[in-house]
Parts: sequence; C-alpha cells; structure tokens
Amino acid sequence: MKTLPKQRRYETLSYLPPLTDAQIAKQIQYILDKGYIPAVEFNETSDPGDHFWTLWKLPLFTATTAQEVLNEVQACRYEYPDAYIRVVAFDNIKQCQMISFIVHKPAKI
Amino acid sequence: MAPRTQTQAGFQAGVKDYRLTYYTPDYTPKDTDLLACFRVTPQPGVPPEEAAAAVAAESSTGTWTTVWTDNLTDLERYKGRCYDIEPVPGEENQYFCFVAYPLDLFEEGSVTNMLTSIVGNVFGFKALKALRLEDIRVPVAYLKTFQGPPHGIVVERDKLNKYGRPLLGCTIKPKLGLSAKNYGRAVYEALRGGLDFTKDDENINSQPFMRWRDRFLFVQEAIAKAQAETGEIKGHYMNVTAPTCEEMLKRAQFAADLKTPIIMHDYLTAGFTANTTLAKFCRDNGLLLHIHRAMHAVIDRQKIHGIHFRVLAKCLRMSGGDHLHAGTVVGKLEGDRNITMGFVDLMREDYVEEDRSRGIFFTQDWASMPGVMPVASGGIHVWHMPALLEIFGDDAVLQFGGGTLGHPWGNAPGATANRVALEACVQARNEGRDLAREGNQIIREAAKWSPELAAACELWKEIKFEFQAVDTL
Repeated sequence: MKTLPKQRRYETLSYLPPLTDAQIAKQIQYILDKGYIPAVEFNETSDPGDHFWTLWKLPLFTATTAQEVLNEVQACRYEYPDAYIRVVAFDNIKQCQMISFIVHKPAKI
Repeated sequence: MAPRTQTQAGFQAGVKDYRLTYYTPDYTPKDTDLLACFRVTPQPGVPPEEAAAAVAAESSTGTWTTVWTDNLTDLERYKGRCYDIEPVPGEENQYFCFVAYPLDLFEEGSVTNMLTSIVGNVFGFKALKALRLEDIRVPVAYLKTFQGPPHGIVVERDKLNKYGRPLLGCTIKPKLGLSAKNYGRAVYEALRGGLDFTKDDENINSQPFMRWRDRFLFVQEAIAKAQAETGEIKGHYMNVTAPTCEEMLKRAQFAADLKTPIIMHDYLTAGFTANTTLAKFCRDNGLLLHIHRAMHAVIDRQKIHGIHFRVLAKCLRMSGGDHLHAGTVVGKLEGDRNITMGFVDLMREDYVEEDRSRGIFFTQDWASMPGVMPVASGGIHVWHMPALLEIFGDDAVLQFGGGTLGHPWGNAPGATANRVALEACVQARNEGRDLAREGNQIIREAAKWSPELAAACELWKEIKFEFQAVDTL
C-alpha cells in the first residue's frame, strides 16, 4: 500500500510521464488532423484560477506540419525556460478552445 | 391562417368518433408544429385510426363528449392531428402514431405545460392498452422561448480549464450515514488524487446524520484544499434538491455564496417547474448544474408504456441542466449502444438527423441552444476506460464510484488510477491507436509505470457485466 504524494498537476496529459518531443509532435498532428488551430502559450505560475496564459506570438493559423508547431514550442522554451508552457488548439467552427496540454515546466520544480 | 370551421347546425349533444375530427392523414405538419411519435397499443377491437385519433384528441382539445362551448372556439386552431400511422415492425397490434400539435397549445418556456398536454390524461385512456411517447420534435419557434442549460458544455470547459478529454467524477459512498466532516475527507482524498468532481448521492439531501449546511461547508473546504495542492480546478455536486422550492433556492444561494463551481438537482422527483427555476438561478449566479434522474426508469423502462428517455433528455435540455446522467453502455446499468448514443447526441449536438436505427424519429434543430454533458455512471472501472472514451468521446463525465473508492489503497490512489487510465487512452487515441482493439494493451502499458493503476488492474480484471440490454428497437 502507498500514500499518494502531494503533487502539482497541469490538466490534460499531466498525469502521464513528461511528454517527449516526439510524443508532443503526435499530439500536435492530432490537432492538425482535426482541422483545429494550434497555439503556444506560457505563464510564470500555474494557478488554477488563471484562465489566461500569455500567447507566444499568434496562433499558428497556417501551420500544416507538426514540426512547424514544435519549432515554436522549442523557441518558447528557449526564451522562457522558467515558465510553464502548453499547447492549445481552437476550433473556429465550434468557436471555442478544444485542446490544452502541458509541454514544459520550470526546471526548478 | 387555417380555414375557419363554421359552427354548423347548432349544438348536437353526444359522443362523436374521434377519428372523424382528429385523424387527418392529408395534413402536412408545419415547421411551427410540435410533433410527437407515440407507440400505441389499442385495446382489442379498437381500430388503429380510432386509437391514434383518440391520442391526438385527448392530448390536445378533446373531451369525451361534445360540449356547447366548443362552438365558441375555432377547433382547427388548437386541435392535435394524427397525420400518420405505421405498424411497428415485428410487433402484433402496435402502431407508431405521429401527432402534430399547433404551437399555441403550449405556454412559452414551460416544459411543465408541454408535458401536461402531451403526456397528460391520455396515458390512462381506456381505449388504449398501452401508450408510449417515443420522441418529440420541438419546433425552433418554441425552443427559442427556453434558455436551456445554465452554461452548456463550451462554457463549462472554459470555466474549469479542462480540454480535450472527458471529465472524471465519483459519487461519495456510503450514500447514507457519513458525518459531514468524514464526508468532506472522502471528497478531499478523491479530488486530490486527480478527479475533477465528486458527487452527492441523490439520496443525500439533508438528513439527521448530515445536514446540508454542514456538508456544504466541509465539502467546500475539501475542494479548496485539493485545488490548492493540485493546481487544478475541482468541484463537488452539492445536492440542493429540497422539499420546497424556497428551501432549494436557499441551499443554492448558500452554495453560490461559498463560490463553489457546481450544484446538483434531481429533476424528475423535484419536477420541471423547480428545475427550470433552479436552472435560471444557476445562470444568474454562475453555478454549473448537475442533473440526476432518479425515477426515470419508472417512466422509461417499459417498451410499450411510458415515455422514452430521449424525450426526458430533450425536456431537461429545454428546462436547463449542464450535466445529465445517460447510462454507460458498458457498465451495470442497461442501454443499447445505438439508442444511448442517439439520445446522447440529442443532449449535446446542435442538429440531429432523423435516424430510426438510433431511435430518433424526428430531425431536431436545437437552434444553438447550449449542449448538456452526458454523465456515464455506475459499475465502471479502469478496464472500461478505452471503451468509454471510444463510445462517448471527449464531451462526457465518466463517474467511477466503486471504481475509485473501492481501490485497495483508498480514494486518492483510486482517483489517480482512473486519471492515468483516462489520459493514457486519450494520448493513445490522439496518436491514432485503435481503442477498441488495443484498449487492454494501452491500460497494461500505463500500469507498468503507475503503481496506482497496477493495483486497480489487479483488483478489477475479473469483473464483467454482460447483461442483455432491454432497451432494443
């Protein structure tokens, strides 16, 4: 028997081991296959009441490959290594956000 | 404007055959008519046209005998019309009867009034052996007089910051007898382990062992603590079902003052007027509304008599609710998959096409009314996860009661096991893997690195539920 340790989480896919870039690329491919619009966003904290994280550039309206989106994740990581970063996706037909998952956490935690 | 019926030849007292007035096979339903499909089983010797016309009459303007005041009204404007009759395939002496009701029969924004008309006295009518309301088409003109769900699926996800996966819940057990503080502890443990919601059992209102106010306070503390520790938004369906509407609103107001995200109501036992009132309160106060459906099986279980659940589900969407229990397809409660997914679509989609194979008799346009999140609850555990995700997709709440609290290490590890199983399935599906074929493999792979999931897999692997569903077409 084990006691579950207290641990900070970050919503969808955060109960899995941290995703590798190859795994992140597959999730991005799913976003593109669904016709959603991917975007990258980052924040210094991960408070649950914080609905808005800062947008990294603009949503990638014209992205056609997972690699293009992954490049932006990597660029954001390089510039903000101490931030939380997640990939999100919008559906302009349903007119709402559809996807969000964590792709980077500050090194210190 | 319909042609006027002239009052002819004065008043003749007596009993008239309904079919002369209410069976109108040449009638083409209007876009503004409310349409209903009944499964009619006439008494022996009663012709189907007479039985069907009687249904149309008794559920609209008809009275058993002619009355002189009929002659002061324009019957053509208000009468229900049976416009089509089909024998039910494979059944002796059963008919699908289609009735069109003029819009003016129903008060704006009142599910109560709508049901009082179309499923009122007619269900006790002597000429019928049995009667079941299979489906209704609510015209857009009437729908637009309802506000529907307080928030709907899209707003709920935005408020809770949860995307791209089903939500996870759990009913706190035992359903009766826990003190408020012990109850709150069970909530805290389940939420901190990774569930999004916990739920009051429907039987829990405000009994001597745990009064509602004490429960709400301890539960809110549990929610806040779990939320602070995990960094994820948590909720508990605080059941505000009460003996009177005033008391219900008092409890709802207290919950709103606590800034809790979601409350709960039992819509059939409490009634549609109470439910619509509560939905309006929730919209005004930013509370999500979870709806339980105790008593539904009394109404919807018999194939030849009662009301099919798809009608009750439509009524709830109109009356207002953000979640509604809808069966699991795979768990201990019954429900044929096609039929269940038919009414699940009626709950959450904006436009649903007629499809008899799914029990949908009418195309329903919801005219942008927000969707209701279906809740799959009862007898499900980690091994069911791939099938549940495959069947319901992302817009559903999966509730593992025994499947969380029954974990050998307790609520928190039980919750983690479910969350890990869910996320492993979501990840795999998004990577293009086939959940139906590889489901068990996906769970086994995740159990290799999650000891909580491994313990759950060990406990429940042998359990199976394979009853034949009663609700077939």
